[in-house]
Amino acid sequence: MQALVIVAHGSHLNPESSAPTFAHADTIRATSAFDEVREAFWKEEPHFREALRTVAADEVFVVPLFISEGYFTEEVIPRELRLEGWDVTDWESGDGVSASHATYTADDVEKRVHYAGPAGTHDAMSDVIVRRAESVSGDPDVGEGFGLAVVGHGTKRNEHSARAIEYHADRIRERGRFDEVEALFMDEEPEVDDVTEYFDSDDVVVVPLFVADGYHTQEDIPEDMGLTEDYREGWETPATVDGQQIWYAGAVGTEPLMADVLLERAADAGADVGDAIEQVREGTRVSGPADD
Amino acid sequence: MEDAQLDAFVAAAEDGVDCDGLVAARRSGGDSQNEAAGEYVFAVDGDRRDGLDEAAFRSVASDHSSYVGNWYFWERGVPPGDDRVAFLRWLEGTDTTQLPERLDRLESGVHATWGQLHVTVSLDPDGDAGEYSRQYALCHADDVTSDGADLTEYHDPLDARELSKLDEDGRYRPLKTAPMLQRGWHFPDLGPHELVRAVECFYPATIPNWYREGEGDLDIDNWRDTAERQTGIYEVVEELPREAVEWVAQACCVDSQCLKRREWEYDDDEELAAPAGDGEFPCREPCSLVVAAARKWTILEGESERTYEFELTPSEKNQLEELIDAVADGRVDDVREADVGDGANRYRARYLRAKRFDEDGNLCGVETTNGDGE
Repeated sequence: MQALVIVAHGSHLNPESSAPTFAHADTIRATSAFDEVREAFWKEEPHFREALRTVAADEVFVVPLFISEGYFTEEVIPRELRLEGWDVTDWESGDGVSASHATYTADDVEKRVHYAGPAGTHDAMSDVIVRRAESVSGDPDVGEGFGLAVVGHGTKRNEHSARAIEYHADRIRERGRFDEVEALFMDEEPEVDDVTEYFDSDDVVVVPLFVADGYHTQEDIPEDMGLTEDYREGWETPATVDGQQIWYAGAVGTEPLMADVLLERAADAGADVGDAIEQVREGTRVSGPADD
Repeated sequence: MEDAQLDAFVAAAEDGVDCDGLVAARRSGGDSQNEAAGEYVFAVDGDRRDGLDEAAFRSVASDHSSYVGNWYFWERGVPPGDDRVAFLRWLEGTDTTQLPERLDRLESGVHATWGQLHVTVSLDPDGDAGEYSRQYALCHADDVTSDGADLTEYHDPLDARELSKLDEDGRYRPLKTAPMLQRGWHFPDLGPHELVRAVECFYPATIPNWYREGEGDLDIDNWRDTAERQTGIYEVVEELPREAVEWVAQACCVDSQCLKRREWEYDDDEELAAPAGDGEFPCREPCSLVVAAARKWTILEGESERTYEFELTPSEKNQLEELIDAVADGRVDDVREADVGDGANRYRARYLRAKRFDEDGNLCGVETTNGDGE
């Protein structure tokens, strides 16, 4: 038997924080690639500490639904899962975006635990950002005439946070699909507040690299960009700011294709996922406007 | 009895069967007993037949179809995991009621309570694991007497995630075992896998921890272990004073706040005085809510005490105490609109504020002096 455990932050205050985790777990469950698919959280239940005992399988693939390498993926999660002999160098990252997986035993259960790098730094995440641009614009071919802003926290909270944002922005830029691609941040230059200064395109899709919608994605960023004076009144999509059309996407982690990244992480760590990746990629595809 | 069940039973006898008073085995070669290798043994509650050939074994098994059918359910019908099977067995009282009486009781339904959940176990002749398959009905313990027609029906166990997310008033429940589970729903016909899944959604990890406790294998982390493990913004909880840990347990961990039974103590040598609770399932370490609240209290306890002087009538002092009690006991919403005899009544509170607060919100005009030495 093999189990997938998706570990995410969760919240004591925001009931919607766990919603993307459950949604992606449901998508993966529907593929039948794993005997069991479970969720565990830092701030909700089951807690990381009790995650491994909630599955019967003896092969467990743990995938963090986190955006970047850092405190949670390197310290908190391995400690709380009680991974024996965890050493961050086992991930062979070092540049903040290359962690793949490593295998351990845990000292409270008799299981093999394959601990994967965060979803947010997987190469497939670039596709999710692009898919997010497609879904917010309603155009499966969006790109020409459009700028794309990938938005993250910045370095104040996590040294690798900016690295993950830049990594995906660079990868998407290299594909040449969008006229312009920029990495923007909440708490460092280049700042998302000045989004229109960084783009010449008339249309700009803004995709925040966050797992769940909450204060930052639904209050802070929309107000800072000038989409709305007051987040409670909502905003138009697209909204006109300084004569440019801003297509604001909300947290990328809510995009259904995110389930694909979790599957890819587990597959990279050795899980047998059959054709689940193809199923998810196909099942979450964005329809063109004519099909709506 | 279906041939498939009988075939499965004959095959299982090779490795031995021991289930609810039913014992079956096939003699292996080299057995020191007198029976020949390859002969079967069949026993039900002391009635033992030895030396059976396969035809005789099948025949006697058919005569005890309820025992064999019951075995088949436990063999084929239940989810993987010793803890889950133990839970399903506990629900129908396998320790206290033996076959065949238990099967009779299941005809009319056997009841069990798990936190605020009420489970009714009955037989489901059309179930996937033969005529002795079990079916489980699940509802809120306070809705047991309700006519099912008053309750919204659910069939997907994962719907339990939504049902457990908000309380009756639509407020978020970050603690799944808080005794504020909303009512008004029922799952009338869950199979064993689905029942376990629903319970796992309502009360995550309670089944494995309850099982570990029963096996004498519960891994408890006391307050000190938990506090010393914390890093980042929670590292400070290690500095929470010893007596404050008592207040934390009294505030957060008693039955009125959480249905888990607290098994963690201050450390290996010192127990906490707060009642541990009577819950069916144990709490093996301070949870994330307790740690987060303890962080706040650690910071607050870092302030030194100072003396303030307030002029209050005796009734006003009583009223302040009544207000704190009302909030602490969660009864603010129960205070009647015009019940001015209750100190936690809104008009009474507004009157006290009008009389005793200055324009800056200071009680009796006494300023709060912030920080040490300022």
